[in-house]
Amino acid sequence: MTVVENQDSIDYHARLRNGRAVLRMSEVEAAQRGEMLADENDETMIINMGPQHPSTHGVLRLMLELQGEQVVRSKPIVGYLHTGMEKTAEDLTFLQGPTNVTRMDYASPLFNELVFSMAVEELLGIEVPERGQWIRMLMCELNRMSSHLLFQATNGMDIGAVSVMIYGWRDREELLRLFEKITGVRMNHNYIRPGGVAADLPDGWRDDLLRILEPLPGRLDDLDVLLTGQNIWRDRLQGVGVITTQEAIDLGATGPILRSTGYDWDLRRDLPYLHYDQVDFDVVVGTFGDCFDRYAIRLNEIRESMKIVYQILEKLPKGDYKVQDKKVTPPPRARIDESMEALIHHFKLYTEGYKVPEGEVYVAVESPRGELGCYLVSDGTSKPYRMHIRGPSFVNLQCLPHMMADGLIADTVAVISSVDPIMGEVDR
Amino acid sequence: MSTEGRGEQVGLAATPEVEFGVPRSWARGQKVLHPSRDSYLGVAGALYAAGYLMCVDVTAVDYCAAKQHRVLPEGVLPERFEVVAGFISHSERGRVRLRVQVPESDPTCPSLWELHAGVEALEREVFDLFGITFGGHPDMTRILMPENWQGYPLRKDYSLGRIPVQFKGAPSS
Repeated sequence: MTVVENQDSIDYHARLRNGRAVLRMSEVEAAQRGEMLADENDETMIINMGPQHPSTHGVLRLMLELQGEQVVRSKPIVGYLHTGMEKTAEDLTFLQGPTNVTRMDYASPLFNELVFSMAVEELLGIEVPERGQWIRMLMCELNRMSSHLLFQATNGMDIGAVSVMIYGWRDREELLRLFEKITGVRMNHNYIRPGGVAADLPDGWRDDLLRILEPLPGRLDDLDVLLTGQNIWRDRLQGVGVITTQEAIDLGATGPILRSTGYDWDLRRDLPYLHYDQVDFDVVVGTFGDCFDRYAIRLNEIRESMKIVYQILEKLPKGDYKVQDKKVTPPPRARIDESMEALIHHFKLYTEGYKVPEGEVYVAVESPRGELGCYLVSDGTSKPYRMHIRGPSFVNLQCLPHMMADGLIADTVAVISSVDPIMGEVDR
Repeated sequence: MSTEGRGEQVGLAATPEVEFGVPRSWARGQKVLHPSRDSYLGVAGALYAAGYLMCVDVTAVDYCAAKQHRVLPEGVLPERFEVVAGFISHSERGRVRLRVQVPESDPTCPSLWELHAGVEALEREVFDLFGITFGGHPDMTRILMPENWQGYPLRKDYSLGRIPVQFKGAPSS
């Protein structure tokens, strides 16, 4: 773990707190400000960007204080997609829970399901069978690839490389087709559930997957040719939106943002869950903490995920894909047609649900955006007493004002894009 | 994650465990400390000095509907609200969680902002949804709900706002 020591890093504590980058101002104050400017020489102005701006990734809105073309202070305003999902979760059984959380980070829904299911399993004290764990890893790594491909697409579009948008979207779509074959839907799968996964992998999945993986390295190399080595691309991203390691840690930033500063931290390797300790992969880190590093990290993480997927293909064991504890797992569909008891069993599980022992637990996984955590409190009934999701995008968004301060307004788009926020997860 | 204490909360041991001068318990093998509001910042500072450099999560729980279900170590008086803060140590690869009791009559809690700038949005979210104010926070305003919203949605006495649906022809209950 390298910590870059320079003059800047010494006073980072004060810099993050002196209000030079963050515009802490309410709507009303901002509206009144124009009329009330005391200093006539003050040439700053506040403009609004979003929530309908096409490059703000959904409904992110920024309040920017500008001095000419330079951003002085800024404030991300969120909440436009707030639908009270944490409150909703308290009214859904543990079995229904994944359908709710999967809609939070809609670019990587399987991670949401995974972290919720792992929290429920921790409270229940059950172990998922080997095959179930490996299928979860397989699906999550494929989801990481599709999420990062989506990032390449939107990042390219934001910077102006519109053809990259088509390429990224095409490759992601191939993966989503595989998801549809395996889980039944392209997104919001409800595939990973407490106790295992919803269904075993379908016939022919391996051939389909290999067919998708085979051309992917070449396509990633195409991106390297189109973007990584290209001067315009580098000029646009290098040195833009710089953040240091200390700042990132102080701001609670995780995932590619933290790694772009050269900090070597990945929950998959450092606090392993599932069977990540049994596969071999590299944690990609950057050097300068700028937009280019964050772009390059995500591109290379696709390659690392492919490496993991090939190892999973070799190691995937046979056996159960969900736990055979009848208290948690409904009977197979075929049994319901022939057995009255199985029908009752199925009915009870899907109406009342299963009771989860009292307790509280925090579980975290490395989502494509950083540490995705789930804090779950159970009071011994079949519904969570409290379910809180620690969304990495929500915390990472706080880096925006510090990355954009003293930069050009044209760079804000590059910076927002490099943080890769998913507003569904920010607002929940 | 160790499996120590799995399946039971060891909080009620004969001699209460103590770390950083505050009671310690284990929840499914995860380390939980129970500082009071007065010792909260001190414990967070001691954790920072011990290598827990990042505060990953701040949230709260409203226990008003489940008082009898809570297991707390000896010496910790249950209150309606609980502020829960999670910390991670990259060098020791470990986590620790602080649970602070916050009474209904005075829903305030010190802010960790001086120590961890990243709690700004998380504490605003707790304020927004639970109505707990954090002393020392630079911008204690709503973040997810509209600025002029009334009430605190994640409190247990805040209704879901469900619209009753009439099923005609169904036997009335």
